[in-house]
Amino acid sequence: MYNFEMTRPSTIADAVKALQDEDAQALGGGQTLIPTLKQRLAMPSTLVSLTGIGEMRGVCMSDAGEVCVGGATPHAVVAREASAFPGLAALASHIGDPAVRNRGTVGGSLANNDPSACYPAAALASGATIITNAREIVADEYFQGMFTTALEEGEIITEVRFPVPEKSHYEKFVQPASRFALVGVMVAKYADGVRVAVTGASEEGVFRWAEAEAALNANFSADALDDLSLGGDDMISDLHGSGDYRAHLVKVMTGRAVSKAA
Amino acid sequence: MPKDNSTVEGGIGAATVRREDIRFLTGDGQYTDDIVLQGQTHAIFVRSDVANGVIKSIDTSAAEAMPGVLAVFTGEDFAEVGGNPAGWLINSRDGEPMKEPKRPVLAHGKVRHVGDAYAAVVAETKEQAMDAAAAVEVDIEELDAVTDMTSAIAGGGLVHDEIETNICFDWGWIEDNRAATDAAIKAAPHVTTLELVNNRLVPNAMEPRASTADYNKGTGEYTLYTTSQNPHLTRLLISAFVLGIPENKLRVVAPDVGGGFGSKIYHYGEEALVLAASKKLKRPVKWTSSRSEAFLTDAHGRDHVTKIELACEKDGTFIAFRTETLANVGAYLSNFSTVTPTFLHGTLMAGNYTVPNVYVNVKAVFTNTAPVDAYRGAGRPEATYSIERVVDMAARELGMDPIKIRRKNFIKPDQFPFASAAGLEYDSGNYDRQMDKLEVMIDRDGFSARRAESEKKGMLRGLGLNAYVEACGIAPSNLIGILGARVGLYDAATVRVNATGNLAVMVGAHSHGQGHETAFPQVVAEMLGIDPMSIEIVHGDTAKIPFGMGTYGSRSLAVCGSAVVRATEKIIVKAKKIAAHMLAAADTEIELRDGQFSVAGTNKSVSFGEVALKAYIPHQFPIEEIEPGLEETAFYDPANFTYPSGAYACEVELDPKTGKVTIERFAAADDFGNIINPMIVTGQVHGGIGQGIGQALIEQTAYDENGQLLSASYMDYAMPRADDLPFYQVNHDDGTPCTHNPLGVKGCGEAGAIASPASVVNAVIDAMQSGGKNVTHMDMPLTPSRVWEAMNAKGV
Ligand SMILES: Cc1cc2nc3c(=O)[nH]c(=O)nc-3n(C[C@H](O)[C@H](O)[C@H](O)COP(=O)(O)OP(=O)(O)OC[C@H]3O[C@@H](n4cnc5c(N)ncnc54)[C@H](O)[C@@H]3O)c2cc1C
Repeated sequence: MYNFEMTRPSTIADAVKALQDEDAQALGGGQTLIPTLKQRLAMPSTLVSLTGIGEMRGVCMSDAGEVCVGGATPHAVVAREASAFPGLAALASHIGDPAVRNRGTVGGSLANNDPSACYPAAALASGATIITNAREIVADEYFQGMFTTALEEGEIITEVRFPVPEKSHYEKFVQPASRFALVGVMVAKYADGVRVAVTGASEEGVFRWAEAEAALNANFSADALDDLSLGGDDMISDLHGSGDYRAHLVKVMTGRAVSKAA
Repeated sequence: MPKDNSTVEGGIGAATVRREDIRFLTGDGQYTDDIVLQGQTHAIFVRSDVANGVIKSIDTSAAEAMPGVLAVFTGEDFAEVGGNPAGWLINSRDGEPMKEPKRPVLAHGKVRHVGDAYAAVVAETKEQAMDAAAAVEVDIEELDAVTDMTSAIAGGGLVHDEIETNICFDWGWIEDNRAATDAAIKAAPHVTTLELVNNRLVPNAMEPRASTADYNKGTGEYTLYTTSQNPHLTRLLISAFVLGIPENKLRVVAPDVGGGFGSKIYHYGEEALVLAASKKLKRPVKWTSSRSEAFLTDAHGRDHVTKIELACEKDGTFIAFRTETLANVGAYLSNFSTVTPTFLHGTLMAGNYTVPNVYVNVKAVFTNTAPVDAYRGAGRPEATYSIERVVDMAARELGMDPIKIRRKNFIKPDQFPFASAAGLEYDSGNYDRQMDKLEVMIDRDGFSARRAESEKKGMLRGLGLNAYVEACGIAPSNLIGILGARVGLYDAATVRVNATGNLAVMVGAHSHGQGHETAFPQVVAEMLGIDPMSIEIVHGDTAKIPFGMGTYGSRSLAVCGSAVVRATEKIIVKAKKIAAHMLAAADTEIELRDGQFSVAGTNKSVSFGEVALKAYIPHQFPIEEIEPGLEETAFYDPANFTYPSGAYACEVELDPKTGKVTIERFAAADDFGNIINPMIVTGQVHGGIGQGIGQALIEQTAYDENGQLLSASYMDYAMPRADDLPFYQVNHDDGTPCTHNPLGVKGCGEAGAIASPASVVNAVIDAMQSGGKNVTHMDMPLTPSRVWEAMNAKGV
């Protein structure tokens, strides 16, 4: 780790100001950033901690019936308090281990957009809105490939609004070592249609599986997927599984998510 | 000394809670990195990021000029000192000695694996040393890496130019049996052939390696605090081979050590570097490995590619085992890398069986990967896995029950001592009895119902089992000397009775998870009839303990424990003399019971404490006949190896849609001979099975073709976690005592890791077969993706 300064603002405005400094970087729960710093792979001059900003923490319901999660809310709190959206709460409860869940934040996870992370699947499958200090970004426009998002330099995720589905489930098949998603599929059924988001599998990061959505719109049952198949070519291929294996798992996990949706 | 004779509370056979765990669990352990010396400096190693390359130049001037930097070392600084040697000379089949390229303190001229250190920086702080390490400028001309053993043999590039081959040795065991074995296989009615890989493992001790050297310029004495399983061996290697520091000027201290599993047996270059740096700077120098360095530089384990053939009669009677193995030794010969794939592997290739013909050929191969050496089980897991996989396969081919085929060929209890066709003499065992227990423990009768349940859910279920026998309690020095060992493998103990009647027992074995501080006192307490808590075990410091050889090969109790017994016997002899004097009787009349020395047939007695006090306050003492004091030392060299054995079973459920294997049941029936502390033994078996299941299911060490380690962190290298493992059933009652050591003990540290992979793989194959998939073998680790690929391969 290289030396850095640390600030702990208590308002979003102060945080935004602090982040205007060149080489300043936002610090959420540090579960991704701190290991990066320990390996000397990044050299920020200042870390701006967001976890002391009261207005960025907590879970509540909006008038529009969305679950609203503050950008600096740890996974454990979402697991406990997002009961209005059981699929989301369950997803949060299976991220990492208790230490990770007590520190890691939804904002940090979505900002990082790891191709194997869980939250991106929840945000995309629910058509969530990512609220930043500057604007509102719909999930379909937010994710732009692995580790890439619509966020500008210094922009902070202050809140995420998840529309609550009629039914949903996140089915995660873990990579044996990291226990991130080797393939994770979130299926969410809304009055106006089914959304299926897949994480862990694609070279492009989280994506919506349109064919599955169409099939499930016609018939919300695992059988509806029988005739579908995905190609392995654009899928991640590594030590833990080939592209073909991942493509196969996407279908299996989607079917299981549909069966378990509640 | 069977346990039912135990008279002492907390003596032999008591399931005493490990006393050392309290300090480990409450953060009061003292590990090498916890030792902070006045004025200490910090070393950081500069490591190669290519697997094979010529060092054209190293420019350290920028690094030397950086803040806090005290010295920068390169391979050039150690060109004149010795290499880190192999501890065992293996001769090839043609009689030629093995190839032993020098393993320098720091790479010189060439780097040979990713992580190979070619420079080291010492600075006031660790951060300064890291900054300066990044400023060492090196010009390395990268060469093609040799990572795969087959191409290494076929004549890819050379790992060591000076030896002109990548083959370290080509060993035959027993060479004289080769022709007979070949002929037997040729004539056999049935031959099962299996090609398999025993996957490479990263040891992953919880505590990474660390070394701190402290040169005292006043006395010229060096102290090395280091994470070692055997401080005297480390001292011997440094003194006699590497740096030439006289043994009497080098003290090696291995304090609390957080696990070793073999990887801390060996001397590593970092130890020599900090010693040399401390001498140069006249200040303590500390190095603590990062986890990333541990992945790249701790000696790895296993990594065999094997073809095994089992010839048998149509009725399943074994005729011959023939094995050809390529054993990866990595880029340099680590201290026990040459004995592990040979004498610790080939000699076990008859397994538990009366098979008359065994021949083993092992070629050890240099590659541009981290050195490979003994890892929990060391050679014996490879033997057990090969044998017990091919036996299972033969049973399937012959349509025989896998237990029946094993029982048919088991050595029977009345055949011991048994001279195996692979050259060992097994002293005791009862393989059928362990198998009997196993069948009950795993509830074999209920399996078909459980399978039906699984199938109802769309899952497959398999049951796999195996037998094992291993050789531990290493090792008889006379025998291994003939076989090429460059060390003796006795051990030593000093029992010191203090004046007030409590004891310090100084032992050559080192405890880094084994529980010696609890188990050894149980033995002494039993013998003397005193409270085990009045006995303290001292280990891990060459300045305090007699010259012993440390801990590995499940040897601590069988070898060092025997030395403890011998030393305690001497204490008893002398104490009886003192007691006889005190009681005005003859020595021969004195009996020791419950800590009291009494004159047979009378009520005259003195307590152990009174005798101790007399020994140190020798008033009215017959100094012409008895020396004052009560302290004895014994060295013990075993007459033979010990042969733990047993039978393991694993039941798995397999999700055919994902390839995910879940272990539903696991049973281990072990014969460890007599048991000193059953709870510690159970714990050792649990840990060993955890490692064996890790190897079988998830641990995957992968190098790419450029020699980059792909599984270089816990993001990609999977270690077993609690929820990967089932609740085990473990039983080690009814052992057959070892016939040649005083405690009748065999050793239990490695069995779990040795025996478990075969039953896991046998179970998964059984599950796949039950699902109509004709998969007869797949290589470990059986990760979901690999299982799925195997089940969905063409033609399956
Ligand atoms: C052992 C372990 C296991 C894990 N397992 C899983 C898993 O199974 N599934 C999973 O999804 N994740 C997993 N994670 C990742 C975890 O969820 C992290 O919490 C997450 O990736 C990052 O969140 P953080 O709050 O810790 O962010 P940090 O590490 O603090 O920051 C990450 C990045 O996001 C930026 N950032 C942080 N907060 C904000 C914000 N509010 N607005 C804008 N930018 C921000 C930072 O500048 C940085 O670039 C695991 C992590 C660990 C250590």
